[in-house]
Amino acid sequence: MAGWSIHEGQAVVLDRRDVDTDQLIPARFMSASRAEGYGRFLLHDLREGDAEFPLRRHPEASVLIAGPNFGCGSSREAAVYALVDAGIRVVVAESFADIFAGNAVNNGLLTIATPEAAALRAAIGMGTAPACIDLASRRLSVAGSEQSFELTETAQAKLINGWDDIDLTRAHAGEIRNFRDRRKTDHAWTWPSR
Amino acid sequence: MATLLDKLWAAHEIRAEHGQSLLWVDRHLVHEGSHHAFAKLAERGLEVAEPGLTFGVADHYAPTRNRARIDDPQVAMMLERLESNCARHGIRLFGLHDPRQGIVHVLGPEQGLTLPGLLINCGDSHTSTHGAFGALGFGIGATQVAHVLATQTIWQARPRAMRIRFEGTAGLAVAAKDMALHWISQLGTGGAAGHAVEYAGSAVRALSMEGRMTLCNLSIEGGARFGMVAPDAVTMAYVKGRTMAPKGADWDAAAAYWQTLQSDADAVFDREVSFDMAEVAPTVTWGTTPDQALPIGASLPDPARLEGAQAEAARDAMDYMGLTPGRPLEGTPVDQVFLGSCTNGRIDDLRAAAAVLRGRKAKVPGLVSPGSMLVKRQAEAEGLDKVFTEAGLEWTASGCSMCVGMNGDLVAPGKRCASSTNRNFRGRQGKGARTHLMSPAMVAAAAVTGTLTDVRPLLEGRG
Repeated sequence: MAGWSIHEGQAVVLDRRDVDTDQLIPARFMSASRAEGYGRFLLHDLREGDAEFPLRRHPEASVLIAGPNFGCGSSREAAVYALVDAGIRVVVAESFADIFAGNAVNNGLLTIATPEAAALRAAIGMGTAPACIDLASRRLSVAGSEQSFELTETAQAKLINGWDDIDLTRAHAGEIRNFRDRRKTDHAWTWPSR
Repeated sequence: MATLLDKLWAAHEIRAEHGQSLLWVDRHLVHEGSHHAFAKLAERGLEVAEPGLTFGVADHYAPTRNRARIDDPQVAMMLERLESNCARHGIRLFGLHDPRQGIVHVLGPEQGLTLPGLLINCGDSHTSTHGAFGALGFGIGATQVAHVLATQTIWQARPRAMRIRFEGTAGLAVAAKDMALHWISQLGTGGAAGHAVEYAGSAVRALSMEGRMTLCNLSIEGGARFGMVAPDAVTMAYVKGRTMAPKGADWDAAAAYWQTLQSDADAVFDREVSFDMAEVAPTVTWGTTPDQALPIGASLPDPARLEGAQAEAARDAMDYMGLTPGRPLEGTPVDQVFLGSCTNGRIDDLRAAAAVLRGRKAKVPGLVSPGSMLVKRQAEAEGLDKVFTEAGLEWTASGCSMCVGMNGDLVAPGKRCASSTNRNFRGRQGKGARTHLMSPAMVAAAAVTGTLTDVRPLLEGRG
């Protein structure tokens, strides 16, 4: 996965709360392999019958401004694949579901949780607005307003470097082995009996 | 002054840095949907670190009928992919034809894989179910599944501790499902986000393990990735003697340790909420999020009387659900019913539904898919299958089935389903499907009358 530091693109609004992962990608598409590309599945059933759907009118958009509790429901990482493969780099909302937010950062997708999301949705409406996101300075500017956002050091490093946890964790292989051995001695019952 | 969360976290923490803990994973459960993670492993040429702590289960795509010949090539491919990935990495698989096959969150506890004090991961958000034993159970995405496969560890930020108490005695036909829908309707779908919920109080203690699993299962629908109940005598009695549970000296050591797994009397929680069971009635969802739920005796909300965003969400949900504002919930006609899922597919659930259906006919068609093939066998030994089939419902094999629709068990567009499942999202049970979530007894009542119905009068004179 390629890392990124600054993103400039067009922001578009998805004026809904509780956008669950079943909507982000309906279950029937989930047997596809990633190589086939997941972009065409994004919000499939919502946008299908709606010619005015913002992402249909503005397929070039790369920043999505949505409502609270974005990404709730199933842990399916395919919801993030659908966003990323459709060209979305950043989602801004009042809040995100925990599992979704974790999946996002593992795939180069930035989630910005801010109470300003409502004002941004109102300002952009059915149109688009230029947006710029700087990971290093944690600044978001969109629709003429500028603000800082919270981002943990870990998430920042992963997004900028395109890092994968597996590489980082394998550096601690010795510690893990010691923990395992200790657990097997002190808590042998934690291994399944056969 | 430690919470149960503190104790479980400390017991699994290998290291901590930048606000994240590297945690040891005691059990990793994989299913058909884990194919992305196996593909990531293959790409990097990595092996599974602990095949002995990893178990495969066929559930999401498991056909509930005609298992000898699978017609749908997509379903067949998903099952084959799981089989070959498990075989390739030496992972024990509870496959389609295993007599113990079932939904991962039913099978794990049933086999004694789920124990107090363990950390259990699965690429499924309802992994919170396993917390019912006093374990850390939480759902993870594919990248994290690959990480656990490769390292048997997971990076995780410690959630805040929240305690939800239910005090008092459950009224007639008030089940764990109603307790869950009640708190979610009060706090909202994101109400417990960022928190691990410990359920406590006299009404939680009074629940069977099945009930506790239902309650913990639905934590994620209120935003909490973790739900848990401290282990007690009910937990011990459930676990003892299970196939893969500890035996002999291991059991003694485990049981002694499990006694320590409770929040200390002076433990401080980041958030505490308490509900009186007198407030909890049989509850039904009317909308497209699990917090859009009301007691069965209530009327649908009027969006005109709600505030901005809530009004918009209610209007939108009612439009999708084909409901009229202000009308009573009870009496809404349904087209079909579904009994099953990791939320309510256990033996207690089938018994509760059968108690309503015994000697009665269903007015609408319906599907009953037990949570596991062992639950199916137990139900058949008790004659429950006859109750369902004589009522006119279809009795099938076990799987996630109509809860998620991946195996082809779908609700048709525009059809209304009374369902014992966990999500009433748009399109969850099929494109355009209209789902009402409720307890198994309430599903049975809807089957009997063909409408959303208060089950309580139907239980009069029945033990």
